[in-house]
Amino acid sequence: MTQTSAARAATGSLTQDHHHRTGHPVRLDGVSKAFGSGSAALLALDNVSLDVAPGEFVCLLGASGCGKSTLLNLVADLDRPSAGTIDVGGARVALMFQEPALFPWLTVAGNIELALRMRGLTRQERRERAAELLASVHLSGFGKRRPHQLSGGMRQRVALARALALTVDDADPASGTVLLMDEPFGALDAMTRDLLHDEIERIWRQRNLTVLFVTHNVREAVRLGDRVVLLSSRPGRVVEEFPVTFERPRRIDSADVARLSATITDRLRAEVSRHGH
Amino acid sequence: MGTEKADATMTTQTRRRSGDEGPEPLVNRHITGLDALELASTSRRNPLARVWSALWPVAAAVLIALAIWQAVVLSGWKESWVLPGPADVLPKLGGLLTSGAFWGAVGLTMWRALLGFAVSVLAGVVLGAVVSRSSVLRRAFGSLITGLQTMPSIAWFPLAILLFQLSESAIMFVVVLGATPSIANGLIAGVDYLPPILLRAGKVMGLRGVSLYRHLIMPASLPAFVAGLKQGWAFAWRSLMAGELLVQIGTTSSVGRLLSDSRELNDTAAMISVMIVILVIGIVIDQLFGLADRTLRTRRGLSTRN
Repeated sequence: MTQTSAARAATGSLTQDHHHRTGHPVRLDGVSKAFGSGSAALLALDNVSLDVAPGEFVCLLGASGCGKSTLLNLVADLDRPSAGTIDVGGARVALMFQEPALFPWLTVAGNIELALRMRGLTRQERRERAAELLASVHLSGFGKRRPHQLSGGMRQRVALARALALTVDDADPASGTVLLMDEPFGALDAMTRDLLHDEIERIWRQRNLTVLFVTHNVREAVRLGDRVVLLSSRPGRVVEEFPVTFERPRRIDSADVARLSATITDRLRAEVSRHGH
Repeated sequence: MGTEKADATMTTQTRRRSGDEGPEPLVNRHITGLDALELASTSRRNPLARVWSALWPVAAAVLIALAIWQAVVLSGWKESWVLPGPADVLPKLGGLLTSGAFWGAVGLTMWRALLGFAVSVLAGVVLGAVVSRSSVLRRAFGSLITGLQTMPSIAWFPLAILLFQLSESAIMFVVVLGATPSIANGLIAGVDYLPPILLRAGKVMGLRGVSLYRHLIMPASLPAFVAGLKQGWAFAWRSLMAGELLVQIGTTSSVGRLLSDSRELNDTAAMISVMIVILVIGIVIDQLFGLADRTLRTRRGLSTRN
């Protein structure tokens, strides 16, 4: 078995087949985050170190209270760590949530154009770029609709296009950027979720993204990740890492994915049961 | 991109999807198929049928009200000069609507209403914007604003008349005090109920300071603000009618003045005609706000009918 932590050192992220990619690394070094102060302080993240290679797809897995969302907020610069450093190599970082969080007063295209506008694109550039991004998530022709006129899966794809609008670098389209996803498919039905797994995998390859993907669905993590990082709860710490070496594209119902998922689930349960008393 | 050799072992269903090149990948057809299934078909109703379905309940309600009124008159509860029936009032109303003096009175009243409402909107927006900015200010003034909203505007008139005598300013003072709290409260509610997830999404996009207000906070709070405007209008209109009854300036003729004159002349039919006019103006303007409100909600997917 290559999925044990002993094997991790031998098959660290840089030895994956994506090491030749350009793009931005994400480095967390001894990151801690406490909320509140004094004796009432709650430690959400405790000394988390994580090295994500450029172009790598890393899934963060953990039970409730492992500080996954806190971690993404820190990487997205929405919040500051209490200790430690975070380096994204100057990349533009986009964050996608479980809810699409589209602005309901704007059209689908308007939502994407606003993101582009905040990056200083001209009206003409925004229009062209938005059409291109909508095409890349298979939503050409839906630009004039309002978000509420689309299905949940379609809205989440618009949210993905909006996130991509923030990351794509015009000067150097091949440079790649960082996409953070906070349980982005958690609220969708299984069939839509499967299709979106194919979509995100395709876009990740095409656009040379570095992806940090938070989920509590073990199979989803194994289906998508180059590496699955297991976090403990209260406080969040890196417990173990599992490289995923199966060929892509993987099927979520394949035997390989099921086997590794079972191993990780056992480890996750062991971690959760520590909190039972 | 690495894994071409795997292709041979893959079933057609999981064949590598290499993006836009080559024949349309299967996943694209899966996705567009699912999209088509998930989008409910929206059938548009014929506009004539929509007007009819909006109008008939109103027409029925008017007829029922007239019937009840007529029934009370027929019961002989009051003498007909005290409580005339629709047959006496409606011709009087027709005469009123065709007289120039009446439209002059309506003109002055509407001018006062619009001016008072405009000043209230300005004051309400400034007050709401300032108070919604800080939680300390909200704790300090929030309940005071709501308190002012519940205070009957007629209670302000003694003070207004002392401050401004029988003048336009006295009326304006009370109208503005009546409408401003509702408008400010609408704006504060809109900002308060801004969904936190939208705020996070906006921050990720880089919305800060002025752009945050322009592209997120203002449009997000618009439906609550329009609801506040609607309520503010109702308060302004009530305060104005009270004002025109109590504060009569020289020989100027206003809707309130017509009401008060017809009472002094014991002309009940004219009095009821003016009351109907006041009711109709109130309803028409409320409908305009209702239309704006519904349009906003439908567009944002908040309406239950969509």
